[in-house]
Amino acid sequence: MSMILGVPVAVLFGQLLLGLINGAFYALLSLGLAVIFGLLKIINFAHGALYMLGAMATVILFDTLGISYWAALFVAPILVGCVGIAIEYFLLRKIAGQDHIYSLLLTFGVALIIQGVLTNMYGVSGLRYSMPDVFKGGMNLGFMFLPYYRAWVIVIALLVCFGTWFMIEKTKLGAYLRAGTEDSQLMQGFGINVPLLVSLTYGFGVMLAAFAGALAAPIYSVTPVMGSHILIVVFAVVVIGGMGSISGAIITGILMGVVEGLTKTFYPPASSAVIFLVMVVVLLVRPSGLFGKEA
Amino acid sequence: MSNSVNPADIHKTMLDQQKSEHRRRLIVNLVLLALLLIAPMLMYPVFLMKILCFALFAVAFNLMLGFTGLLSFGHAAFLASGAYTTGYLLTTFSGLSTELGIIAGTLVATLLGLGFALVAIRRQGIYFAMITLALSQLVFFFFVQSSFTGGEDGLHGVPRGQFLGLIDLSDNLNMYYFVLAVFLAGYLLVQRVVGSPYGQVLKAIKQNEPRAISLGYNVNRYKIIAFVISAGLAGLAGSMKTVVFQLASLNDAHWHMSGEVILMTLLGGTGTLLGPVVGAAFVVNLEYQLSQGPLADWVDAILGVIFVLTVLMFQSGIVGQVQKFMKKNIG
Repeated sequence: MSMILGVPVAVLFGQLLLGLINGAFYALLSLGLAVIFGLLKIINFAHGALYMLGAMATVILFDTLGISYWAALFVAPILVGCVGIAIEYFLLRKIAGQDHIYSLLLTFGVALIIQGVLTNMYGVSGLRYSMPDVFKGGMNLGFMFLPYYRAWVIVIALLVCFGTWFMIEKTKLGAYLRAGTEDSQLMQGFGINVPLLVSLTYGFGVMLAAFAGALAAPIYSVTPVMGSHILIVVFAVVVIGGMGSISGAIITGILMGVVEGLTKTFYPPASSAVIFLVMVVVLLVRPSGLFGKEA
Repeated sequence: MSNSVNPADIHKTMLDQQKSEHRRRLIVNLVLLALLLIAPMLMYPVFLMKILCFALFAVAFNLMLGFTGLLSFGHAAFLASGAYTTGYLLTTFSGLSTELGIIAGTLVATLLGLGFALVAIRRQGIYFAMITLALSQLVFFFFVQSSFTGGEDGLHGVPRGQFLGLIDLSDNLNMYYFVLAVFLAGYLLVQRVVGSPYGQVLKAIKQNEPRAISLGYNVNRYKIIAFVISAGLAGLAGSMKTVVFQLASLNDAHWHMSGEVILMTLLGGTGTLLGPVVGAAFVVNLEYQLSQGPLADWVDAILGVIFVLTVLMFQSGIVGQVQKFMKKNIG
């Protein structure tokens, strides 16, 4: 078998693929964070918990109502998105305009509640979810084996990311959103219902997280604590990329997944730390992040 | 111009007000000190020591959030580095006297704090919180993979040893007064820092950073020093905790711990000296009470609810509310 730098090609590509998949999840999650941050100027600490809720919803919907994977891809994000809108409407709105530290702490409290309640209901050992039959198996690309489901995750995640980018950068609704990011007071003056826009934006960001959760259900173990670690990684990704741009969030997410995959191939002990180390280096060299605008 | 106010009079009333406030604070502090001195006769000393350790941790944390306006989401890293260093040294070198182990733990946490500060200081506001959280996760992974921490098992059976080779700390009452002395030293240090001209600059940075910069203050240096002091004291709290419970575990390093100290401070009252102490006592006690009852599994969710309620309608915290009430009714 051919080798690259002392590592079999199949292993290298296998890890690259895993990295791409992790990167796809990082991209979806940091994209949601960036969308929310753009308009609300808050960091959503509940993002990991809502991602977990998306995955749990997918499993629970199947177990109780027999709702299929395909339907769950739509139903779970919509349900969790409604939870998100409720969080915005009943909680975040009450402290709008105060120091952003408070909204951060509020969402952290919400995350504790969601995680605590689900842990009590389902335990921490994890739920089982089998993927649809279509995705069983995979194809041999000659240099590596590509499971169908993993290919599907990468393709659909990229599509959703691109769709979000397109909507924000190229459509009228996106123009409103960008205008609100610049100056929401002025936009209110032009007669646009800013509070509604804020609710919908938060809901949309949350939907992206829940969608990532639904995608993750068949391949990651679905537990009430699955969101907390990935959230911290995504925070590091966001710091690396900078919150400035939508495309930046997507690119950085995928890039960091690949970096993690490569580290796993060549120096496994550092794989869980590498993204944080990259963050440190980026902060020292370019504090505003790779794609950040402000200093 | 008979009804004009003499500026000297205003100055005098202000001085009087300050004096009466000082006197009131002194009385409150003396009463609390007396209570702390007799407390081990009334309650289980180990439980009290737990409260004191977390109170010191929260007081240290509050130097950042309450007096500098920076939210660190990574203070667990300092607690844990103090705890592990002390635990490792005291277990490995059996002849080592306890205070040296504690000093070493504090120093390691202080240095780690300097490292965190140099990186995190480059961004403000919520970024600062995210960066400190990510850095503390890095430290968490380091502790998980290192052999000297005992990995998932942690360090057990850390000997309490003797203080200065004279006082036997395995006696709970001796240990209690030792912990109390260390706690008071830490508390007074923070009080001193906050009251000093340096502390005034920190407050200025909290209230209006651009203005502090335009006044010519090297804002970053002030923040870094505050962070390092805060980290060192958090490490001291961790070291003490290790000696009291004779163990150090990954729980101390988990981000959950960083969240808990935020809750203690917020609930007790950010920006007040006594707030974090009250908050720590409240949270430790609450967790203990809950763990005994039918709601044992709901601790996290309940802490979350308290978090949300505090942020929504109780932002000045317990001590802040009491202070407001006193100002209104006593003048």
